[in-house]
Amino acid sequence: MAAPKKGRNAGAQSKPWRSLALILIAIVGLTAGMFASGQTTPRLGIDLAGGTSITLRAEPEAGQESAINKTNMDTAVSIMERRVNGLGVSEAEVQTQGDRNIIVNIPKGTNSKQAREQVGTTAKLYFRPVIAREAGGAAPTPEASSSPSAGSGKAEDTKEKDGKKDESSSPSPSATSQGRAVTDGLKADASPSPKASESKGSGDGDGGGKGDASDPQNSKLQAEYAALDCTKPDQRTTAGKGAKPDEATVACGQDSQGQWQKYLLGPAEVDGTDVDDAQAVYDTQAGTGWKVTLGFTDKGSKKFASITGKLAQQQSPQNEFAIVLDGNVVSNPYVTQSLSSNAEISGNFTQESAKNLANVLSYGALPLTFKEDSVTTVTAALGGEQLRAGLIAGAIGLALVVAYLLIYYRGLSFIAIASLLVSAALTYLIMSLLGPAIGFALNLPAVCGAIVAIGITADSFIVYFERVRDEIREGRSLRPSVERAWPRARRTILVSDFVSFLAAAVLFAVTVGKVQGFAFTLGLTTLLDVVVVFLFTKPLLTLMARRKFFASGHKWSGLDPKALGAKPPLRRTRRPAGPVETKEA
Amino acid sequence: MSKLGTLGARLHHGEVGYDFVKNRKIWYGISILITITAIVGLAVRGLHMGIEFQGGAVFSTPKNMSVSVAQAEEYAEEASGHDAIVQKLGDGSLRIQVAGIDTKASDTIKEQLSEDLKVESEQINAELVGPSWGEQIANKAWQGLGIFLVLVVIYLAIAFEWRMAFAAFVALIHDITITVGVYALVGFEVTPGTVIGLLTILGYSLYDTVVVFDSLKEQTKDITKQTRWTYSEIANRSINSTLVRSINTTVVALLPVAGLLFIGGGVLGAGMLNDISLSLFVGLAAGAYSSIFIATPLVADLKERDPAMKALKKRVLAKRAQGKSAPEPEPVGSGGLGGGTQDAAPAVVGPRNQPASRSRGRGRPSGKRR
Repeated sequence: MAAPKKGRNAGAQSKPWRSLALILIAIVGLTAGMFASGQTTPRLGIDLAGGTSITLRAEPEAGQESAINKTNMDTAVSIMERRVNGLGVSEAEVQTQGDRNIIVNIPKGTNSKQAREQVGTTAKLYFRPVIAREAGGAAPTPEASSSPSAGSGKAEDTKEKDGKKDESSSPSPSATSQGRAVTDGLKADASPSPKASESKGSGDGDGGGKGDASDPQNSKLQAEYAALDCTKPDQRTTAGKGAKPDEATVACGQDSQGQWQKYLLGPAEVDGTDVDDAQAVYDTQAGTGWKVTLGFTDKGSKKFASITGKLAQQQSPQNEFAIVLDGNVVSNPYVTQSLSSNAEISGNFTQESAKNLANVLSYGALPLTFKEDSVTTVTAALGGEQLRAGLIAGAIGLALVVAYLLIYYRGLSFIAIASLLVSAALTYLIMSLLGPAIGFALNLPAVCGAIVAIGITADSFIVYFERVRDEIREGRSLRPSVERAWPRARRTILVSDFVSFLAAAVLFAVTVGKVQGFAFTLGLTTLLDVVVVFLFTKPLLTLMARRKFFASGHKWSGLDPKALGAKPPLRRTRRPAGPVETKEA
Repeated sequence: MSKLGTLGARLHHGEVGYDFVKNRKIWYGISILITITAIVGLAVRGLHMGIEFQGGAVFSTPKNMSVSVAQAEEYAEEASGHDAIVQKLGDGSLRIQVAGIDTKASDTIKEQLSEDLKVESEQINAELVGPSWGEQIANKAWQGLGIFLVLVVIYLAIAFEWRMAFAAFVALIHDITITVGVYALVGFEVTPGTVIGLLTILGYSLYDTVVVFDSLKEQTKDITKQTRWTYSEIANRSINSTLVRSINTTVVALLPVAGLLFIGGGVLGAGMLNDISLSLFVGLAAGAYSSIFIATPLVADLKERDPAMKALKKRVLAKRAQGKSAPEPEPVGSGGLGGGTQDAAPAVVGPRNQPASRSRGRGRPSGKRR
């Protein structure tokens, strides 16, 4: 037998066992992982398995009844959709119902508590300058009257408070800001005085001038601030409720010791729409745990630079700005210089809470506040009978494929069928593992897509088998044929799979929702196709070519030279272009 | 060996062959006809968008219904004339969604449903629901599609050449149009499943075309270094040499989908499977067909206009004329191979202006290779 070691392929070909072992190890490893994760079947989408249905009702804010309109509801739907289905693979569905309800359906097995938090959080994010700040209780000095107003960017009134300046160095526990948005230049304020003095003009920033509009409002706000007791939960939830972004407001927040502080805040200078991207990262350097980093849009960077520039010239605490999320101060870092780049929110985050926050910030704020109306389970949209019918039909179709391959390829079909099985096993295992990992859920279209993928996977080795047979027809014996056919088949497989992969990559990057989920499945099956052909079909065929059954061209091997119509010697070259082996992948 | 096996052998040796390129006009004609039918069907019947795209009405029944989901679905479809999605909620009540319903129609359906389900109509709560596949998702999908098509054309133009990129694009449009047209004609509702099906077709159509083109590219690599065959002839042979692969792949891809469509959808009556498997079945068939009958002949057509290929054709024809006495080693698909050439035969202004005849022209002995 001619040695199969021919030129460039020798390396890959000579160790077919190695690739087979690799595939085997991969399957075993994935199986072990699957059992370890406790999820032994792929998660099914709502259409196949049912799930949980959450009904959310839009709650009007006082005097803003008209905010509940179609536009805002649609915006809320698309934001929620992206929050629960960021990667497009979780098969969650979001739609409006009636005038003011939104239904969120999530497939069985999803962490429904997390999903409820994700859709329920309004995520209105504002960066507001701090005018005054003090420990949580009701104000001891009711006469405090810092005015949040600012004519045109000038700090005007100066107000002294209980705390009094002299204690500025007091290491009061409430002093450490619980979280800080820090960038390079932004330093942790270890012990800011818990006092508030002059209010600062919020300046020319957009909307900044509004605060001064009405004096009565200011004094009302002062009174509100004075009366506010952040240690009381009910006051916390109502504090600053309904505040417009361009008006000064009051808010509560916890410091790093868990102490409640209350804040008097200026108009928002930067808001959530200026945030381009938010990510949860683990701070490995400081070892302080999870935090959320924010990247601004171009416009946002400018605004942020301008506010930080102004703040940097102020005294504490007016050099601080508060990051206000849904009315709560989550962080109040101080500023020493103008910043333009990124900000970060640190605090007592767990991995999950940091990720949730980053997620909701990335996809923007809901234009409305929602209240959970009901949470209930729903059955599969596609009846069990339909699924069963589909499975039976699919099984019959697959049996026909096997029968066809058997008739046409005979012995060779065992390699084909084994390849399909390996491919199916890998797909199943990976999909099962992706359920817990990224919330991947399989719906009916995806199942159908996987069935089409059978065709594409089969195509790869059909291309290869036909090449091998062509070589045999040229009069070569099996082993050289197997090796000579490979480079050409390999190129065809790679070129065509690249197109599929391109489709998957582009669609995954650009689209949202189900199309993105489809792109994911397509990309996965395409990659698996390449893996299986390279690491399984080819090595297996190389090994089989050594067996007498195949090598001798047994009648039932599917490689019988006579049946294939091989011309004995290489009589002539039919291809005009000095053919075959010059192919490169 | 099966017949196909021997067919493969005969194709390989050029004993048989079908002249795809010569008869291209017939296939173009057929395709144009089908495409026009599809477009007309689309224009006349339009697409019925499902509840996921256009919203509709949702009916909630009281708790603890005894009716089964399937039964309720039947009632709802009867009452509304549209596809209905029925889900059972945790408390035993039913949620019935029907597409394309306005407030007025929903009242009638409500009455009908209350009768069928034997509950008071006041107990059925009807509300309008918005689309779960909203405009934004659709817009993003279009955007993604656009970017992908631009990239794939660029990729094909680089990996192959612009003519192939163009032909692949035409074949793709052809497949998608036919699929959408058939869908409109059959009148199934368009669901997200349909859209996913269409995207799958899009991927498959390109995939299949690329496999065929890869063989074409390989075979025409050094085409100008020989004078035995014209581009069209080689293109034709390339189709024939991948024909067995094309048939096998198509059969393997279509069998499971056919199972879903005819057995699952037809015999067992699995409603929602129908729309997905129909779009897949039509699309896969069209995709396989267009790679062979449309895309490759189109490339040959375009390529023959290339000056280099024109010159080659001249040389080939001249050579054939010259070596008329030599015995001919039948080229593949000899049945009509000359045909493609003859169309343009008058253009031959070669060294010897003899009428080109298909059965002559063996290149080898007559020297003058370039």
